[in-house]
Amino acid sequence: MPTNASSPAAESVGGTPSAHALTDVTASDSTLRRFLHGLPGVDAVGLEGRAASLGTRSIKTTAKAYAIDLAISMVDLTTLEGADTPGKVRALGAKAVHPDPTDRTTPATAAVCVYPDMVATAKQAVAGSTVKVASVATAFPAGRAALAVKLADVRDAVAAGADEIDMVIDRGAFLAGNYLKVYDEIVAVKEACGASARLKVIFETGELSTYDNIRRASWLGMLAGADFIKTSTGKVAVNATPANTLLMLEAVRDFRTQTGIQVGVKPAGGIRTTKDAIKFLVLVNETAGEDWLDNHWFRFGASSLLNDLLMQRQKLATGRYSGPDYVTVD
Amino acid sequence: MSDKNDKTERAERLSVFKTYKLYVGGKFPRSESGRVYEVSDSKDNWLANVPLSSRKDARDAVVAARKAFGAWSGATAYNRGQILYRIAEMLEGRREQYVREVADAEGLSKSKAAAQVDAAIDRWVWYAGWTDKIAQVVGGGNPVAGPFFNLSSPEPTGVVAVLAPQESSFLGLVSVLAPVIATGNTAIVVASEKSPLPALSLGEVLATSDLPGGVVNVLSGRTAEIAKPLAAHQDVNAIDLAGADDVLAKELEIAAADNLKRVLRPQPVDYTETPGIDRMTAFLETKTVWHPTGSLGASGSSY
Repeated sequence: MPTNASSPAAESVGGTPSAHALTDVTASDSTLRRFLHGLPGVDAVGLEGRAASLGTRSIKTTAKAYAIDLAISMVDLTTLEGADTPGKVRALGAKAVHPDPTDRTTPATAAVCVYPDMVATAKQAVAGSTVKVASVATAFPAGRAALAVKLADVRDAVAAGADEIDMVIDRGAFLAGNYLKVYDEIVAVKEACGASARLKVIFETGELSTYDNIRRASWLGMLAGADFIKTSTGKVAVNATPANTLLMLEAVRDFRTQTGIQVGVKPAGGIRTTKDAIKFLVLVNETAGEDWLDNHWFRFGASSLLNDLLMQRQKLATGRYSGPDYVTVD
Repeated sequence: MSDKNDKTERAERLSVFKTYKLYVGGKFPRSESGRVYEVSDSKDNWLANVPLSSRKDARDAVVAARKAFGAWSGATAYNRGQILYRIAEMLEGRREQYVREVADAEGLSKSKAAAQVDAAIDRWVWYAGWTDKIAQVVGGGNPVAGPFFNLSSPEPTGVVAVLAPQESSFLGLVSVLAPVIATGNTAIVVASEKSPLPALSLGEVLATSDLPGGVVNVLSGRTAEIAKPLAAHQDVNAIDLAGADDVLAKELEIAAADNLKRVLRPQPVDYTETPGIDRMTAFLETKTVWHPTGSLGASGSSY
């Protein structure tokens, strides 16, 4: 497998630097547990209040135009349905490259996000553009499969040309307190990704039930070498909320302070309007800082959001409210 | 408690003012802008504060109307007729309130206001009857020179913005609104600027008449302010300019041309007359389909 050859490189990118400040933490199950449970508890009321108050910022005119273009460039245009056809994936790819065919100044989206078997099709569809191909893997969305199966899933996607891998953590093991198992799995997947693919780790925050757990999962993921931490799969009732994204943004900020390693954040699911997207951008700027205001470090996992962004963009350009007749039907 | 106690309580009872609110998407929100303006009767006595809608309220109303369009246009004509009749039933039960509001708004005597309200209720019944008949009148089978069935059927245009007449605050409103929704369109109504109270109260009746939320959305405020974004809105398919003056109507018609909106120009109307079907056909489109009869080939027969 090509991944074997590249695995030493992966070690040096993901494994070693993260260890330099927190080497001992991942030495054994008990040290890892002590570290994660030693993280300060989350003030839930304060967190939600902070997220809500940052959501009241008024972003207008030129700032809004900038925010909309930035948000478009951060979208991971996603289709994760059992009914995905090659034709649908190609259409999605075309849309990712030119979101608004009537206005070529519209930036391209960051990536298209598909199931592993559609990676090759997606790769062809976005060939020659800056748009990346992300693939979910590791028995998405449940993650209930043997490690060997998950790794095969990842290698498959990477071999097909995926630039980014979105993995799900084993929530069952996490909730049972088996943190080292989760850690080892992320490390193994990171290795399988090789040097070429960036790894996004999905926590499925809706299933972790407490903010404390989300903070622990964030640190666990970052310690294991995640390039991105991602809220959710979009397949459960509660997806990305301003509060849990704020919590994860705090985690990546603190992690960089401690280790010097920057990790990206991707809220996914439930972000449908421009207003919501801009609220998230405010959170990013006010929490993690300007360094994250770039599609290398922040993404939106979304599908219907893009159409709303495009309609708002048209509204700003023409002064007239646009409608769904003027954007594509996905 | 004794009767005497009851009487003193009644005498000291504080008046309960009604908060008039918008009706958008089946809910009763205040204006997004938080603004209100004062409405007074024909003798300049204060009646109520009502929401002064902004263009964002108009935008929200369009979203609600678009969302409701699929289900309402897809409902059977018979079902739409039942619901329109239900509106008449609900209005009948609140007749006294509307008589009072119309009398205040238009400076009419009680009997004249009652006549207006009765005519408005009858108008709902009239249009309720039309819902499943309009297709026979303006559609049908067309004779063609070939072995085809050729059928024309009227279809609703989509989301219609309606500027309600400024003078006739209730009968006029119903006369322009009912034909729009009878045929399966959804509507955003801009109430009479000076006397919006009957229109805002109508929202309460519509909400309890099995009319799906969003089919009718009622906005109050400055007609010119709300109408401009509606006329330019790319997701509004038609606009009825009944409540616009000549200058505003011209401006709106120019804005509406941009996405080829259908425009119904303001025209002198006597709202007490039987209306005819013009207001319904103004917001209908005709779809014609060709279908082979299956008589092609060896048999040589026609149907």
